[in-house]
Amino acid sequence: MSDAVTKSVYEQIGGEPAMAAAVEVFYRKVLADDRISHFFEDVDMERQAAKQKAFLTMVTGGPSSYSGKDMRAGHAHLVKQGLNDMHFDAVAGHLKETLEELGVPAPLVAKVLAIAESARADVLNR
Amino acid sequence: MAKVKHESSWYPLEPGESVLEGLLRQGVSVPNSCRAGACQSCLMKAVGGAVPEAARVGLKDTLVAQGYFLACTCRLPEGTELEVAGAEGLRVPARISALSPLSRDVLKVSLVTDAPLDYRAGQYVSLVREDGLARSYSLASLPREGVLELHVRLITGGAMSGWLASEARPGARVFLQGPAGSCFYVPGRPEQPLLLAGTGTGLAPLYGIVRDALEAGHSGPIWLFHGARTPAGLYLREELRGLAERHPQLHYRPCVLEGGTRDIAEGPLDVLIRAECPKPVGWRAWLCGDPQLVLSLRKKLFLSGLSLKDLHADSFLPSVPQAGASPTDTAGAR
Repeated sequence: MSDAVTKSVYEQIGGEPAMAAAVEVFYRKVLADDRISHFFEDVDMERQAAKQKAFLTMVTGGPSSYSGKDMRAGHAHLVKQGLNDMHFDAVAGHLKETLEELGVPAPLVAKVLAIAESARADVLNR
Repeated sequence: MAKVKHESSWYPLEPGESVLEGLLRQGVSVPNSCRAGACQSCLMKAVGGAVPEAARVGLKDTLVAQGYFLACTCRLPEGTELEVAGAEGLRVPARISALSPLSRDVLKVSLVTDAPLDYRAGQYVSLVREDGLARSYSLASLPREGVLELHVRLITGGAMSGWLASEARPGARVFLQGPAGSCFYVPGRPEQPLLLAGTGTGLAPLYGIVRDALEAGHSGPIWLFHGARTPAGLYLREELRGLAERHPQLHYRPCVLEGGTRDIAEGPLDVLIRAECPKPVGWRAWLCGDPQLVLSLRKKLFLSGLSLKDLHADSFLPSVPQAGASPTDTAGAR
C-alpha cells in the first residue's frame, strides 16, 4: 500500500502546523463574508479559532473526536437562527479557497470537500 | 513508567497515555474538549519537570514562557516525572508605599511586597484589602524596579478607588494575588514592528511593556497609541515624549475623540492606527483598556493581516456591575 493511500490529507499537507496556518486564512475569509460572519462572531477569538482548527483537522482526516452527534448538537442553536444550505455552501467555498491558497493539490482538496459534504446533514440537523 | 504530580498526589501513567487521559482515568477533574491538541481546553501549568515540545504546539509564546502546556498532547517519556497545577494564584503581603495623582482621575499606587513578586511587565494582579475587598489592576512597573506601580482610575462610588483616593495612606497593609495575564513582551525577533494601543488606564500595562521591550533591545519600530475621550484623560505624556526622544524607534501617539491639539491627534483610535500603520502583517500587537474597543480593534487588526498568535488583548472588564451606574462609568475599571 502506498503512502498516499495510508496517510490522511491532514498528514500529507503537514499536520498541525498546516492547520495553524490554514485556520487564520479560513477565519479571515468567513469573518469578512457578510452572509456568514454573524455565525463566527465571538468575543473570544482564540476559542473561535480553536473551534475552526478542530473543524479543519476533522475534514482533513486528522486526529479528531468529533462525531456526527457532536456536529448535530453543536449546530442545533445555529439552525434555529436560520443556518441553511446557502451558509453551508459559503463555508465550503471558503474552505476550498483556503486550501487552494495554501497550495494543497486539487485531488486532496476534493477529498477534503467530500468529507465536509458528508457532514452537511448533521450540521443542518436534517 | 512516567508519573504526574497534581495537588500533592502522584498519578502513574500507562505507556502511551497522555497526562489528560491518566489524570481523568484516576479521577482527577481536568477541563477538556477536543482531546486533539486544538481546542486548548485542557491547558495546565508545569511547576516541575520537563514538558515535551509536542504539548506546546500551537500555544502562544506568552503561555509557553509561563510553563503552560496541553494535557491532551502531553505524553511523557518512560521514567520521567512532571508536576502540574492549574493557574491558582497566591496572596502575598504588601504595603502601599506611595499614592500620587497622574491626572484628574487616575491615581498612581506604588506598592512594595515583603518578598519580590515574580511577574512580567504588563501582567495584572488583584489588589486585596485587609477586609477582603479585591480589584484587578495592571502592573505599569518593571520587575527590576522593585516597587510595583498600578494606575487606578477613580470611579464615582468605586469601593477600592474611593478608598485609595481618600482614606488609604502610605504604609497601609494590603495583599496581592497573581500575577496573571499573557499581555507581555517576550524577547526575540528584535526587528519585528510592535503596535501598542490602549484607552484610559489601559496605558498601564503598555507603559510596562514598551519599556520592557526597549530595555530588551527591541530595535524595530514601536508604535504606542494612547486614546482618551478628551485631553484630560491622557497622562504620562511628558514621560512618554521623553522616552520617544531617547529611543528613535518609538513613536508615541496620544489621541482623543474631541479637543485635539497640535500634539494630540483627534479622531477614532482605529482610524488613526490605520492611517499610521496601514499594513500590520507580521507585526506583534498589544491592546488594552475598554473591552468594546479592544474587541473591535482586535478584529480589525486580524482582518488586516496580523496573526492571532501575535495579538495580545487585555480587556478591562468592570469588577461588579454598580447599581445606577452607566456602562461608561464602570467599563475599564481596572
